[in-house]
Amino acid sequence: MISERLAGRRIAVTGATGFVGTALVERLLRSVPDCTVVLLVRNGRRTSAVDRVRKEILKNNAFDRLRAELGADFDATMARRLSVVAGDVGTDGLGLNDADRTTFATCDVIIHSAASVSFDSPLDSAVEVNLLGPTRIANLLNDHGPRDDGTFPHLVAVSTCYVAGNRRGTAPEELVSDGPFDIGLNWRTEVAAARRLRGDSEAASRLPENLARFRSEARSELGAAGAPALAEKTEQIRERWVKDRLVEAGRTRAASVGWPDAYAFTKALGEQALTESKGAVPVSIVRPSIIESALAEPTPGWIRGFRMAEPVIISYARGLLDQFPGVPEGTVDVIPVDIVVAAIIAVAALGPSEAPAITQVASGSTNPLKYRTLVDNVRDWFTEHPIYDSQGQPIVVPDWKFPGRGTVEKQLTRAKTLITRGEKVLQALPLRGTQAEWSAKLEDRRSDVERALEYVELYGLYTECEAIYSVDNLLSINDRLDDEDRRNFCVDPRVVDWPTYISTIHLPSIVLHSRVKTTPGKTVVDRADRLRKQVLDPRRHVAAFDLENTLISSNVVESYSWLATRRLNSPERLRYVLRTLREGPSLMSMDRKDRSDFLRYFYRRYEDAPVEQIDADARELLAQLIMTKSFPAGLRRVREHRALGHRTILITGAMSFAVEGLRPLFDEIVAAEMTVRPDGTYSGELSRVPPTGETRAQVLADYCAAEGLRLEESIAYADSSSDLPMLEAVGFPVAVNPETRLAAIARKRGWLVENWEKAEGGPRPLLPIGPRVSDGEQKRFTTRTGRIGTRRNDR
Amino acid sequence: MPRPGFVLDVDRSTPPILFWRGENFSLEKLPAGRSRVIYAPEPLPAIDDVDGAIRNALLNPIDQDPLPAQLFAGMKLTIAFDDVSLPLPKMQRPDIRQRVIEAVLDLAAEAGVDDVHIISALALHRRMTEAELRHAVGDRVYDAFAPRGLLYQHDAEDPENLAYLGATPHGEDVEINKRAAESDLLVYVNINLVAMDGGWKSTATGLASYKSLRHHHNPDTMIHSRSFMDQHRSELHKSNWRMGKVLLDSGVKVFQIETTLNTDTFPSPFGFLAKREWEWKPSDRMTYIGTTKALNRTPNRIARNIFHSIEAPHQMTSVQAGEVEAVHRITTEHVYKQQLVEVKGQTDILTLGIPYISPYNVHSIMNPILVMCMGLGYYFNMYKGMPLVREGGVIIMTHPTRPEFHPVHHPSYIDFFEQVLADTTDPHVMSQKWEKQYAEDEWYRHLYRTTYAYHGVHPFYMWYWGSHALKHCGRIIVVGGDPKTVRRLGFVPASTMDDALEIASDVVGRTPTITHLHAPPLMVADVS
Repeated sequence: MISERLAGRRIAVTGATGFVGTALVERLLRSVPDCTVVLLVRNGRRTSAVDRVRKEILKNNAFDRLRAELGADFDATMARRLSVVAGDVGTDGLGLNDADRTTFATCDVIIHSAASVSFDSPLDSAVEVNLLGPTRIANLLNDHGPRDDGTFPHLVAVSTCYVAGNRRGTAPEELVSDGPFDIGLNWRTEVAAARRLRGDSEAASRLPENLARFRSEARSELGAAGAPALAEKTEQIRERWVKDRLVEAGRTRAASVGWPDAYAFTKALGEQALTESKGAVPVSIVRPSIIESALAEPTPGWIRGFRMAEPVIISYARGLLDQFPGVPEGTVDVIPVDIVVAAIIAVAALGPSEAPAITQVASGSTNPLKYRTLVDNVRDWFTEHPIYDSQGQPIVVPDWKFPGRGTVEKQLTRAKTLITRGEKVLQALPLRGTQAEWSAKLEDRRSDVERALEYVELYGLYTECEAIYSVDNLLSINDRLDDEDRRNFCVDPRVVDWPTYISTIHLPSIVLHSRVKTTPGKTVVDRADRLRKQVLDPRRHVAAFDLENTLISSNVVESYSWLATRRLNSPERLRYVLRTLREGPSLMSMDRKDRSDFLRYFYRRYEDAPVEQIDADARELLAQLIMTKSFPAGLRRVREHRALGHRTILITGAMSFAVEGLRPLFDEIVAAEMTVRPDGTYSGELSRVPPTGETRAQVLADYCAAEGLRLEESIAYADSSSDLPMLEAVGFPVAVNPETRLAAIARKRGWLVENWEKAEGGPRPLLPIGPRVSDGEQKRFTTRTGRIGTRRNDR
Repeated sequence: MPRPGFVLDVDRSTPPILFWRGENFSLEKLPAGRSRVIYAPEPLPAIDDVDGAIRNALLNPIDQDPLPAQLFAGMKLTIAFDDVSLPLPKMQRPDIRQRVIEAVLDLAAEAGVDDVHIISALALHRRMTEAELRHAVGDRVYDAFAPRGLLYQHDAEDPENLAYLGATPHGEDVEINKRAAESDLLVYVNINLVAMDGGWKSTATGLASYKSLRHHHNPDTMIHSRSFMDQHRSELHKSNWRMGKVLLDSGVKVFQIETTLNTDTFPSPFGFLAKREWEWKPSDRMTYIGTTKALNRTPNRIARNIFHSIEAPHQMTSVQAGEVEAVHRITTEHVYKQQLVEVKGQTDILTLGIPYISPYNVHSIMNPILVMCMGLGYYFNMYKGMPLVREGGVIIMTHPTRPEFHPVHHPSYIDFFEQVLADTTDPHVMSQKWEKQYAEDEWYRHLYRTTYAYHGVHPFYMWYWGSHALKHCGRIIVVGGDPKTVRRLGFVPASTMDDALEIASDVVGRTPTITHLHAPPLMVADVS
């Protein structure tokens, strides 16, 4: 019956890139051989609607079966039967051009499955898509007027069972507004309120005190990364804040009027709006419950995207979540996607006159899956097929408890608070390298807990929905199907054997999808090795290095101290050390505020230093300070890059004479330069301010541009979050002995992290004090007055 | 009258034997009935009038005119001297080199010579620090010459200051320090600590360039030097002697001054280290216990500093000057007289206690590669005739062998350890595959020339030094060594001497003969 009735029909589908949409399009093309399909798809940010259809729909494994059946004819068949119009259900008129509008409005059936299904979407975007989407389609059809035969297309709108809201007992197949629990909400008022809330939140986010807070948050996350990076981060935080407020608004508004979340709430009002404004357009509504992986079509276990139960199940299997609210005897209303798709197609085939106004597709009333059955099956399955942690050890799944929602939330919140506190403490400590990674690990752990908490908050609400969705209309449709239809378009929820479905279809499929480790043992190629191989590839162009704490464990103050004390006698040395120690804190705070200012201020101390003496001493500096404090693995890495034919560039805040000894390692050294007076002494003023923060990225970009090399083929090594702009600018960033913040960022973004150390056993001088030169050597320069390091104020 | 060297057969009454373990020692009980311990001869009496003997040698040289007769106003005179690698440990001031150089300078002054350069003949070793130079040549010489740039260090990588003098009939390039080659007279001041030192090796190696050195510092030459301590059976020496001929033929005039030292190695508190264990007095025993207990609780870095500050009470036993080969013959006799110990027959297992010092880590760290070189390059080669250990036998060394390196002195060693040894421990393979890259590396060259780093190729030479032992022995075991590091070297780690003997048993059986070389003090086993 179904294939005959739909043969030769033109069927429009919205939301085809979604879970139900993809399965629907595939089934229409495969099981209704003579229909053509028009897809309304949004243009992507970079890809056109047509490309999206090709990449996101036709390449999906849902189409593997059809592709195999059609063989070489696949592309031709798709071209013949499938057409695409670019549009967006979130804008009035669907954003269609005239030709596309005609194509769309003259279809025989329009199946509207586009929705903002994310359970944490901001209220306003849920309103635009879920509430107004169906109405917009109806308006468009009414505006366009009837087709040549005087009829309007049959609009089949996909909704959800949960429009019934939080209630116990039977939820019949009728509009909420027609039922006894209607509280008389006006959808127009809700639309206006949601839109105003967006405006208000945007405005609030721009209040000075909020902007200041975002900025300081960005600074504490990035450190001294430079103004542009800070600005970008601040704006991200602001947008995130606005979004969070709107998500929260959606959740609380929905809860306040009796729905589990913004999705169900906006869908419910959407049905109401559609009914009010459908005009002459014939409308049927299909309401599925929680849609899960396919029972049989196109293949058993087929699923698209990560939906509701999957993240919870995987979190449980990973040992992150050992409890989830709910009562063991409660019903979890799950329905396989192919039954939903078949129901939609059956409704479309029956046509406006025969199809019920509302059809619920759910399992709870005829073939209920009990919470305990689900949990027992999941636990048994993961006990038999454990997933493995990063060390290759199987994870033992915990015993499931059935606590109330409050208990779980309280526990998770407490865990989150503790971890966050620990993280703050670690971040405040001056840690580097391996220790800094503790903090990164803790952050991972926190995001795990945060995610678990989110699931509980979001989905826990659904477990409180104890409504039983009646499926009388669905069963009557089933009765009207002939044998062939029942074979090809099974709409009967009673055919599902839950234990079999869970353990042989659903779980294997989602484990495969979630890409968790399912085999023991460590992965053969270490991730760091893989990244290192990419970094040490002859195709790379430039390797840029920071100096301090990246190649040597020293800083500008040390090299100055070394040079300054080399020619001082013992009492002078002692005075120098005491004075420098006293200055330490103020120098450090200055450095934290602005590195360039600090360097300019600090380097003034070289004023009056004789060039010849500094140059002579700088040669010893290489051996006694730089090499002593060098990281041999770091120097080896520089040389490996050179051997591979990469350009090497050192970008440092150090004085040029202090790093002169490293010249043979680098093609280019960018350092601070100081002007020399005619009498052969340093002026203390910089002729080139050393690059810091974002200027480092600029220096590197300029170098690449001048030499015809590519930044995205380049590598940067640095240790601190102030080098973020440079690290972000290149294709291959490497965090060396990262401090806590950078360690966290590197971990999040999957950057290579190297922990380089000084040579074991090497000398460890307590203070960077130059060894005294002999009297003879001293005489070479004493004719000059400028002995640095002795002046009392030592500007 | 000092007692000669001695081979002790270990029986049940023999006390445990002292083994060096880097900056510490241990007492090990060797199996009775099949073990023996070789003790060095006691220090020979020193020359009382050192300055008189030196002057006498300069005025009455062997096969050459007296030094004053070779000096004239307006001449170019160059004095080259052995670097910081000699003697070991460094000797108490005044250093013998200072005394000889001062005597030469006195004669030069009398003759009105005013163009004098003094060069440290360090080949591919690290440059000496100011303090080390002062220790070797004395403050007077240093202050008079160094500030004017007349006392400096040989640079094997300075193309401006090297002179190519031709090749030997074997095709070996001879290239040495230009100033030395072009002087009217080159006076070489040597310290002959072991029989390997001196002769043509002084000039042809000490003042040579890498281009020249590579002809005899390679696995083939090293493997055919049986041993380095026996000049006539050493390819290394034959090559140097051939190069000496080239030097002579191209007109380089060398006045060789060689000195020998006695084996008075350790100052008084450490006297027990050179004593035979059964002769230890209660005070020696107390010192041993006190020292080892204290060292166990001392951080490595501090222990190292303590040991490297030891200055040996070495005394001069002979000085001879004149024509290189004639002088060296007499020198070698003196060295053998001090160091030779007659040993009957080879052994299955040779045990060696590796001390804190080798020629290449003065004021520095005995890194794992130097441990290998000290054991397999030096101690293994302390023989005349045939090696102490039989072919296919086992060497057991005791040393902590920590993965520690001096970042300034041994930068290329670090990379050699991480890169080359991770790839191969075969001297031939590494010389083919890796040597060139390290030898010609710009960065190592820069560090060698401007800081205090050994040349990039030096770790290879250290490894080649042990080539013969690597080929000769069936297994090398390191007792007390860091297991990961020892394995990287290609050796087997063992935690105790008993374990080591157990590990050795599948190579040499359950009742092997064992010989312990009780050095330092140094000795050469004359094995028959």
